[in-house]
Amino acid sequence: MRTLKFLLRKEFRQIFRDKAIVALIFFMPCIQLIIMPLAADYEVRNVNLAVVDHDKSSYSQKLISKVIASGYFRLQGYNASFKEAFALIESDKADLILEIPQDFERNLIREDKQKLFVAVNAINGTKANLGGSYLGTIIAAFNADIRLQLIQQPRFSAFPVIDIVANNWFNPVLNYKVFIVPGILAILVTMVGGFLTALNIVKEKEVGTIEQINVTPIKKHIFILGKLIPFWVLANIIFTIGLLLARLIYGITPVGSLFTLYIFISVYLLTVLGFGLLVSTFCDTQQQAMFIMFFFMMIFILLGGLFTSIDSMPQWAKLLTRLNPVRYMIEVMRMVILKGSSLKDVLPQLGVVSLMAVILNGWAILNYKKTN
Amino acid sequence: MVSEEKVIVCDKLTKRFGDFIATNEITFEVNKGEIFGFLGANGAGKTTAMRMLCGLSSPTSGNATIAGFDVYRQTEDIKRNIGYMSQKFSLYENLTVLENIEFFGGIYGLSDQQLKTKTAELVDRLGLKSEAKKLVGSLPLGWKQKLSFSVAVLHEPKIVFLDEPTGGVDPVTRRQFWDMIYEAAERGITVFVTTHYMDEAEYCNRISIMVDGKMEVLDTPANLKNTFNVGSMDEVFYQLARGAKRAD
Repeated sequence: MRTLKFLLRKEFRQIFRDKAIVALIFFMPCIQLIIMPLAADYEVRNVNLAVVDHDKSSYSQKLISKVIASGYFRLQGYNASFKEAFALIESDKADLILEIPQDFERNLIREDKQKLFVAVNAINGTKANLGGSYLGTIIAAFNADIRLQLIQQPRFSAFPVIDIVANNWFNPVLNYKVFIVPGILAILVTMVGGFLTALNIVKEKEVGTIEQINVTPIKKHIFILGKLIPFWVLANIIFTIGLLLARLIYGITPVGSLFTLYIFISVYLLTVLGFGLLVSTFCDTQQQAMFIMFFFMMIFILLGGLFTSIDSMPQWAKLLTRLNPVRYMIEVMRMVILKGSSLKDVLPQLGVVSLMAVILNGWAILNYKKTN
Repeated sequence: MVSEEKVIVCDKLTKRFGDFIATNEITFEVNKGEIFGFLGANGAGKTTAMRMLCGLSSPTSGNATIAGFDVYRQTEDIKRNIGYMSQKFSLYENLTVLENIEFFGGIYGLSDQQLKTKTAELVDRLGLKSEAKKLVGSLPLGWKQKLSFSVAVLHEPKIVFLDEPTGGVDPVTRRQFWDMIYEAAERGITVFVTTHYMDEAEYCNRISIMVDGKMEVLDTPANLKNTFNVGSMDEVFYQLARGAKRAD
């Protein structure tokens, strides 16, 4: 215990001696938490649209203004021919072409049917997909408007009409930030904690100070604890700052209890830091440690369920995410912050993460060798 | 004060790295309080042998006991009883002189009271009073080495292992360094030291010279000069090391 005291004192001194690193540790997450949720949004806006209007009728005008008025599209060209419009797609100035054929108005009124042509630039898949479906929805609405005007409403509609009303629980106005901020916070804590620990022991190896430690009678688990605790404290502080920022900037207050949140984050951090320490005991240089951490962090984050839903992943990927601690963290963050889940609700996740913490830290202790 | 008690007993100690035999069946004993010079050309296997004796590296074969503890099974007991100063400076450069002393003293289990008196003594002895709160990284090499040594013997170990402690250090500081070694030996600490300076070899009670992983000779400096019928340790070393096949 006494040895641990000296280790911790030394470790904290070293961390706080490097002012640049301290600044980075605290400012980086803050800046990221401020910038990312505001900029990186799933909602597709500013879809560039080129219109080829062969009809030039009042109906075609109405359709076009309805599309533009939706706010999702920007009119990039009003072209005479499809060829001209396609040139815009080729030069990446347009994402979508809406071609309105000749006699659009006449056919619509007289023959009660008309076809429109939509061409999508599928290079940016998300934008094309969503843009195309927005456009489809707007055209369908336009269609409904016209039918309302032109057709005498029969008492019973000729078509079965089922109107769907969705009620968005836990995030009633589908505020994207409410969804993404807890996830980003989870990732920030993971990155900072993971990288700092991964680079720590390996740095002592590089500098040669580990040799002086290895020749002392210090116990291996005490040494690993001495490396674990400082970063655990640091990561908890960062997490707290993050929660405060989420509240101040985005008005997000956890619906569930802070107690549950901190219990989980405490255990989760042991997992992440244990992983970092394990990497550190395997590597000989900081470069190696950095690359290995990058490799795993990319996988952890992309398969963590923050940016893409785990439910829509293929079966093998779903299984893989079970080994991913970040997945549980993001899950629990959303459960507790948005849904108000209690400690009992997050017990399964807590169990898995605890097991991981024990395995990773135990492995790190075993893999740290004082005698080669 | 050299006594009859054996603190290092080595019997055919060997370390292989694949096909390469770094240390080949070295056998020797060192008495308590002795200053034992461990000489050899670069790559002769000195550091490997020393790392085995410190419990940092497991031997491939052979036996050795350090302060009565076995190098295979009791490495942590060995570590409690030795001090070690590696070839590469390995105190924390981003901690101050005082912080380094406190840390290593604390790790070796010194009490607060012991730490306090030891630190004061040490700072005084090294003349580092005005530098005590400076980062170790900013000290000149000579001071760093003296500090390293002082930290290595802070917990009054039975044996202290010094791996080229005076490499790159000026002659005056080297002299002071050897004064410190003598003081430690006076207190009964056995000193096991490697060096490339033959004048330093003369300061040792006994010296051994390693060539290509084997211990070729082991005797007092005076006896060695007689045996080889030469006037200086330089010549003894030269005659032996000339035959070495390994180079850097």
